[in-house]
Amino acid sequence: MTDHLLEVCDLSVEFHTAGGTVKAVQDVSWHLDRGETLAILGESGSGKSVSASAIMNLIDMPPGKITSGRILLNGADMLKMSAEERRRINGARIAMIFQDPLAHLNPVYTVGWQIAEMMTTHGTPAAEARNRALALLERVGIPQPAEAMVKYPHQFSGGQRQRLMIAMALAFKPDILIADEPTTALDVTVQAQVLALLEELQAETGMGLLLITHDLGVVAEIADRVVVMNSGRIVETGNAAEVYSNPQHPYTKKLIGAAPGKGAMPEERDRGGEPLLRVQNLSKHYGAFHALKGVSFTIMPGETVAVVGESGSGKSTLARALLRLEEPSGGQAFYKGRDLVTMAPRDLFGLRREIQMVFQDPTQSLNPRMSVYQLISEAWAIHPEILPRGQWRARVAELLTKVGLSPDMAQRYPHQFSGGQRQRIAIARALALEPRLIVCDEAVSALDVSIQAQVIELLEGLRREFGLSYLFIAHDLPVVRDFADRVIVMKEGEIVEEGTVRQIFDAPREPYTRALLAASLDPDPEVQARRREARLAEGLLTA
Amino acid sequence: MTQTAPLIGQPRRKSGLATVIGLLWRDKFAFCAALFLLVVIVCALIGPALLEDAATKQNLRGRNAPPFDMARDWEFFFGADALGRPLLVRIIVAAQNTMMIAAGAVFFSALIGSTLGLAAGWLKGRASQVILRLGDVIMSFPSLLLAVIVLYMLDPSVFNIIIVLAITRIPVYLRTARAEVLEVRERMFVQAAKVMGASDLRIVFRHILPVVLPTLLTIATLDFAFVMLAESSLSFLGIGIQPPEITWGLMVSQGRPYLTNAWWLSFWPGLAIILTTLSLNLLSNWMRIALDPVQRWRLEMGGRKND
Repeated sequence: MTDHLLEVCDLSVEFHTAGGTVKAVQDVSWHLDRGETLAILGESGSGKSVSASAIMNLIDMPPGKITSGRILLNGADMLKMSAEERRRINGARIAMIFQDPLAHLNPVYTVGWQIAEMMTTHGTPAAEARNRALALLERVGIPQPAEAMVKYPHQFSGGQRQRLMIAMALAFKPDILIADEPTTALDVTVQAQVLALLEELQAETGMGLLLITHDLGVVAEIADRVVVMNSGRIVETGNAAEVYSNPQHPYTKKLIGAAPGKGAMPEERDRGGEPLLRVQNLSKHYGAFHALKGVSFTIMPGETVAVVGESGSGKSTLARALLRLEEPSGGQAFYKGRDLVTMAPRDLFGLRREIQMVFQDPTQSLNPRMSVYQLISEAWAIHPEILPRGQWRARVAELLTKVGLSPDMAQRYPHQFSGGQRQRIAIARALALEPRLIVCDEAVSALDVSIQAQVIELLEGLRREFGLSYLFIAHDLPVVRDFADRVIVMKEGEIVEEGTVRQIFDAPREPYTRALLAASLDPDPEVQARRREARLAEGLLTA
Repeated sequence: MTQTAPLIGQPRRKSGLATVIGLLWRDKFAFCAALFLLVVIVCALIGPALLEDAATKQNLRGRNAPPFDMARDWEFFFGADALGRPLLVRIIVAAQNTMMIAAGAVFFSALIGSTLGLAAGWLKGRASQVILRLGDVIMSFPSLLLAVIVLYMLDPSVFNIIIVLAITRIPVYLRTARAEVLEVRERMFVQAAKVMGASDLRIVFRHILPVVLPTLLTIATLDFAFVMLAESSLSFLGIGIQPPEITWGLMVSQGRPYLTNAWWLSFWPGLAIILTTLSLNLLSNWMRIALDPVQRWRLEMGGRKND
């Protein structure tokens, strides 16, 4: 009937919820060939993962229901197969890896045992399974595989755990590997390595790779073809490079337009006078572990300073130490000439007003049991000198308007908003205290690209309006490029390079900064192809 | 997936009570439970005043009279006990003592236990250790032994029984509250409150307690039944409520010798205990949903269950 390896035809899936029927995907069709990489690109809620769940038989029915369509594996309709047949396909012919490998590895068994177990349950003799597990660990690039066999999942880094998952997925040489946001939780350099590994393995085994992602950069790096999804429908499909250079659908255009890192870099502004914040030799130890090793920098009034680095570089510890959420072990931080580190709690209370923080995940940083009005007005309950009670309601409405929400949303609760809206509420809450400096700890990392752009625009506007300063902590370099005045690059608790955006992006001095830049993925497939060549030539990432 | 729930719950211009009754009506089980509890409370309030005499009047010709005997008065609908006293009336009258002891003991143990638990979870260091060891001491001491000692020295009055039962149940709340606080205190919104400069009291009572409270309420309702039965075993040992005072627990244990030939002596008061606990449980389940803004739409949407 068809010679595609895997084909999805007119698939529609509904979910019955108390709020009515939700059409998760409607009339979705795509196909995957041997040796090909297909990316399904979409933002959260677009239904990009639903067709993969349908293939793996992971949709709970009810409340889910497949209303129409076929899923053909080598021409045989999987939806008509028995549960027993589906189980035999899952894992053996189609394997899947997930975003968060730690959640999918059992913490109380060694990884070697877990990989071998997967094979023994399918009837492989124990000794053979063990040997094969060892070979797989070696193949996916785990250092010292023999020792790694008897280690537990928590003893591996995030990138290594994703490699372990890949090893498990490959145990039966599957025809198809489905990767659901495989690198979203990883650092840029590790992301590049994992993607490279996937590509190598695909070349070796000739499997079809189905990649589900929200990241244009990942698509540019690895995909042959791309399917763009929006609110449950496919809006565009085609060759990855063509879709990028010549998008047809307005949504695709918007998505590509929102990708960060393409705008003009901010002009250098001369800021004379006293710095708002001057940090000197700030350090933080946890026992023998030095999370911060003597960090020094300044922030001028109205300036945005970005701190970039991979996980474990100490950038979040820096923010927490400045706000005294963690007590610093040493050093000074002068805010308007007063040392934050040695300040008594009573004086610190007054300063809390002036230095505020916006957290990474607004779902967690907003108390789910408080309405928006309560969340924002709590600031004035704590600092009553800012605003008399009679004006709270009007001011909440004003702040909501300022961050682009409607004033009549004040009585709602956080769960009734989308991720981007929640982050706006968190920003409104920070603004309620009329701060001078806002520390943004990965404030846009959890948001979709188009929402990310809007939130950054909002922050930028607020800076102009109120003369705010930002300490902007991020792992994502392109975001920083559009927004920051100066960039601080951190590695292992130290500042390795500091300079204006132009200096860092156009002429990075340190090899580490260059590696970070080279590993970050550009949404343009052509740029990305050039980068890969350069990367291979330089051998920066052959670790 | 944390999806945005349907946008309902717009500000309704209804009074608080009407909203509560409306939400209660959506959950039919909880509504029945609330009605039953209301009946029990009314019995407890006015029962003894109206029926005290009828409940203690002996009628030796009607010893162990079977239930559902239409030839007798309504008072004997549930039958009569070993001294011919009407069971229905006795249950109504006993509601007062029973509810007072159970509610009092549960209230005080929950209040003290939760407060200590919140403190132990929030304060690190020595204070927390002292509170926890205190809880361990209470837990490791057999509760009946404690009750025997205390009630031997003090007078076995309703108030003293409440005190004894409350003390023995404190560790349950203490441990649970502490464990929950330890988890909630690391959540991001607590950090956000700290950054705003919120005081410890504010964080504990405005941010942590509302998250912990539903769990504690559920435990409290389950504990209700436990306390009622513990009170009856105290009565059985002769150190609890003594006849002619009556409680449901006491009635259950008084009926025990007759279980083989007159089951109704223990059955009806036992049923009263079960129904009360069940109602409290249903109501606390409803309350957990009604108090949680993330879940409340389940009630507002109407009776359709989706879990």
